Amino acid sequence: MSHNLSEFVACSALTLPEALARLAESSDPERGPWRPLAGGTDVMVTMAAGTLPVGRYVDIWPLAELRGITVTDDSVEIGALTTYTELRAHPVITAEFPLLSLAARETGAIAIQNRGTIGGNIANASPAADTPPGLLAYDAELELASLSGTRVVPYARFHSKYKQMDRRPDELITKVRLRREPSPSPGQPIHYYRKVGTRAAQAISKVCFAGFARIDGQKLLTVRIGLGSVAPIPLRCVRTEAALLSGPLDEALIRRAEATLSYEIMPIDDVRSNLRYRRTVTLNLLREFLTRCQGR
Amino acid sequence: MKQPDVLQQESPIGQSPPRKEGAAKVTGKAVYVDDLPVAGAIYGATVRSKVARGRLVGITYHPGVPWEDISVVTAADIPGKNTIALIEHDQPCLADQRINHPEEAVVLLAHPDREVVEKARRLVELHIDPLPPVFDLDESLDGDVRVWGKDNVIKAFSIDKGDVAQAFASAEVIVEGDYATGAQEQLYIEPQGMVALASPKHGITVWGSLQCPYYIHDALATLFGVAKERVRIIQCETGGGFGGKEEYPSMIAAHAALLAWKSRRPVKLIYDRHEDMLATTKRHPSRTRIRSAHDRDGKLLALDVDFRLDGGAYMTLSPVVLSRGGLHASGPYHCENIRVQARAAATNHPPHGAFRGFGAPQSVFAMERHLDKVAEQLGIEPVELRRRNFLQPGQKMATGQVLRDSIDLPQLLDRALTMSDYLRRREEFSRHNEEAAASGSSLRKGIGLASFMHGAGFTGSGERYLASIVAVDATPQGMVRIRASSTEIGQGKDTVFTQIAQDVLGLPSSMIEVIRPDTAEVPNSGPTVASRTVMVVGKLVQRACQELRRKLSEGGLLGESYTPTEFATACGIFHQMGGSLRVESQYQQPSGIEWDDKKYRGDAYATYAWAVYVAEVTVDLVTYETRVDRFWALQDAGRIIHPVLAAGQIEGGVAQGVGFALYEKVVWQSGRMQNAQMTNYIMPTSLDVPDIFVEFDDRATRTGADAPHGPRGAKGIGELPLDGSAPAVISAVHHATGLMISAIPMTPEDLLQALETAR
Ligand SMILES: Cc1cc2nc3c(=O)[nH]c(=O)nc-3n(C[C@H](O)[C@H](O)[C@H](O)COP(=O)(O)OP(=O)(O)OC[C@H]3O[C@@H](n4cnc5c(N)ncnc54)[C@H](O)[C@@H]3O)c2cc1C
Repeated sequence: MSHNLSEFVACSALTLPEALARLAESSDPERGPWRPLAGGTDVMVTMAAGTLPVGRYVDIWPLAELRGITVTDDSVEIGALTTYTELRAHPVITAEFPLLSLAARETGAIAIQNRGTIGGNIANASPAADTPPGLLAYDAELELASLSGTRVVPYARFHSKYKQMDRRPDELITKVRLRREPSPSPGQPIHYYRKVGTRAAQAISKVCFAGFARIDGQKLLTVRIGLGSVAPIPLRCVRTEAALLSGPLDEALIRRAEATLSYEIMPIDDVRSNLRYRRTVTLNLLREFLTRCQGR
Repeated sequence: MKQPDVLQQESPIGQSPPRKEGAAKVTGKAVYVDDLPVAGAIYGATVRSKVARGRLVGITYHPGVPWEDISVVTAADIPGKNTIALIEHDQPCLADQRINHPEEAVVLLAHPDREVVEKARRLVELHIDPLPPVFDLDESLDGDVRVWGKDNVIKAFSIDKGDVAQAFASAEVIVEGDYATGAQEQLYIEPQGMVALASPKHGITVWGSLQCPYYIHDALATLFGVAKERVRIIQCETGGGFGGKEEYPSMIAAHAALLAWKSRRPVKLIYDRHEDMLATTKRHPSRTRIRSAHDRDGKLLALDVDFRLDGGAYMTLSPVVLSRGGLHASGPYHCENIRVQARAAATNHPPHGAFRGFGAPQSVFAMERHLDKVAEQLGIEPVELRRRNFLQPGQKMATGQVLRDSIDLPQLLDRALTMSDYLRRREEFSRHNEEAAASGSSLRKGIGLASFMHGAGFTGSGERYLASIVAVDATPQGMVRIRASSTEIGQGKDTVFTQIAQDVLGLPSSMIEVIRPDTAEVPNSGPTVASRTVMVVGKLVQRACQELRRKLSEGGLLGESYTPTEFATACGIFHQMGGSLRVESQYQQPSGIEWDDKKYRGDAYATYAWAVYVAEVTVDLVTYETRVDRFWALQDAGRIIHPVLAAGQIEGGVAQGVGFALYEKVVWQSGRMQNAQMTNYIMPTSLDVPDIFVEFDDRATRTGADAPHGPRGAKGIGELPLDGSAPAVISAVHHATGLMISAIPMTPEDLLQALETAR
């Protein structure tokens, strides 16, 4: 046991305004600011390890406003408290945004999937988190709320540096918004997801690759790639994407994309893996994704 | 459930009754040490060195907690000898001046509030002047940093048979190889912990999660300098051990008891997973160099093995682990000329210790990989090479032991090949791999095997020195109580002892009680280790029950056959007549077993279990991940008393062996484990464990009711599956990739590196 439970303060918020009011309170000199507590599956781990900053936590789990998946003609809105279990089961997500349901399937194990939330996964800002690559590949947007109103941020611009993001302490992530592809859309859609984490469950990614593309014959019409665990933040690979849109998808283009990606990522050696492995596997996954795009 | 009062006709041996302790476990009623309600208990914590080696020059207790309310224990508070008594007395209970490894305990703290004691732990600063450490086992043996004894050699011995030099001089083929295995954490479900009460007036009582009550008993008597009668050790329900709770619990018991002695209050000292992984023992890392001489047909002419273990900072059990490793190094193969040189070296890692297999998984891995290398070099199928070299009854093993088991290894091998459809799969996978390589597809398939044996019971004269005792008594109501210090640690010992007693006494299970180990209540039947509980202690249970029955029938109270009620009546009358229905049986070495501890000659083990394991894998060349798809585990472990529990032992051992081979890597930095969390120390999950097909085949060695070793001819099986799983898996990787992998764990990172090196 490494934590001091008595030094923590927690309260439950029953409505969104109540939660936002708490977060807007000024920071306590001893106990710091209020921070959100959603499923707690990241918070409790750091607490048990003794690395969670002592402080005040507002439990947002009861907030109905942050629950549920809403589908309209042109968008899908995922409440920040949506769990992996819900993501796995939702018919529109599995049909149109399978990278997210695949990620959810491979996250933790059943107990974590019942409790962990998409908002928590994003706000925890781990470069190894498993839904961010899919969110990047679908070019998702986030909605954030505070007492002073709501704003929308493209997810690709949300994370700035390691564990730093475009979120003020008084803001909650309320929604993730995905644009549905108009039907019919040109070209053939390809969704490719692979989490590499050594074991089949309860694994932290060593590399996580999410790719979305539309291909028409030899030509990629759209391509977006999100990567986990190869940079200080979940990485949208814009340069590689640009390279891939520059010509027909042939071996020469694949080589060029590999060369670009190899500079775009910034993998490291750590306790879970090493730079060389992460780089090599990332490139292998890129090739597998592109081969899939070629219809092979 | 009321049992009908009838003659028990059918022997319970070979049946699979429900586990005796199973219901309490699945309903949450079982009491583990941290569940023990202890009135007035205070909570202990351990302040440990972060430095690998140095001189302790001071301790500062920084302000921030009410130090006056906290019990503080250092080496100066130890009433007797500052040591954890085991084979030698080299390991201190609390470091005094010298620090020899990270996580070495220096100060103990206790307070009624768990949070206060945790805060206090962080406020103790140890001032240590660092000394140069050594972490690499070969640097320890060859370099000039001395960290233990006069030469860092904790134990060395050699086994010599025939004339190795001569055989090499004239051999047609010589193959050499280096092999290595890593540290492995036992990862029992329940982390370690102890509760202690201690005072000069009342003596010392300890409750805890443990495998070997009498080891702790000895250690505490020495530590406190008191007579053994003043120490009492009681086992709580124990959530797994795998060797991890063989010697280390003596340390925790000592710490808890010292805190209790000083504070005069009951003390609870419970490790969390992180502390448990950091501080407690792991499997000894090993390096093995093998040179072998052959004729063109692969026949083994000479074998020269250099086997080295990293023992860590103190001796603990390293000499015995080294013995078992060295004695298993030549495997189930016959060779006229063998030299095994074995050394355990001290380093500044936390001491390595007992772990299921106990040295054998290390040396068996090396030998099995080496045979695959020989096969490749000679262009012989690995299966064929093994078949040509198998030991046969009557032949001499490395120590000169004449193989008396009537084992038929070629027959066992054939059965394993049939069971796994090995030859067909091997051909099919070879073809698949050629096609995959041609088409650029990323999946490779492989199948591989290992043949091996495991000596049951203590090595050499160990059982004779232990001279284990089991007591059995019967109450006037006819309840039979089995008293042994052998612990139930999830393996099903209570159930199997009950079956053995039932087999002799013809009573229902409800009339047999297996007493929970408590040194005040049970004699010393030895530690629960070395695959000895069913074979050695079970035999003593059988003999004590036979003696009990003889006592009752000699008094004319029991006939040839009887009902449970008649048995109870007989017990009642016997007690009324003032007789004692308590009997004991003590280990006697079966005749004809000779062992020379100095020369490593003679009968290393009374008997062996034999096995052939086959693994099928898929290797993904995109991610370099290896998946074990199927696993066939065939063994001759003598008579199987409880098939379900026995199969469970094998399946669990295979899962642990798969972890040893592919997943479980301790990341060291300056002697400290960097990944001491289950998130980063990758143990396989249920999704990573293959389909396992277990078969027991004792056709060749079946020996009948009066077998000299285990009851009804049972042998040990607990450790066996750890020996052969890893080499079978890596052999399959060899088939899949063509790579001669010689070190485990083989992580995807390692496979990538091997592929790049081979390119
Ligand atoms: C055993 C185990 C396995 C795991 N496996 C995986 C895995 O495979 N892949 C993976 O990606 N993760 C994994 N995780 C991590 C974790 O489960 C996920 O990151 C999860 O999505 C976190 O969600 P939560 O609701 O539990 O977050 P919490 O722990 O409640 O919060 C996490 C952080 O986000 C903040 N936060 C939460 N909600 C909001 C919000 N709406 N607005 C602003 N800030 C917010 C909190 O203040 C906190 O800083 C695992 C965790 C465990 C314990």
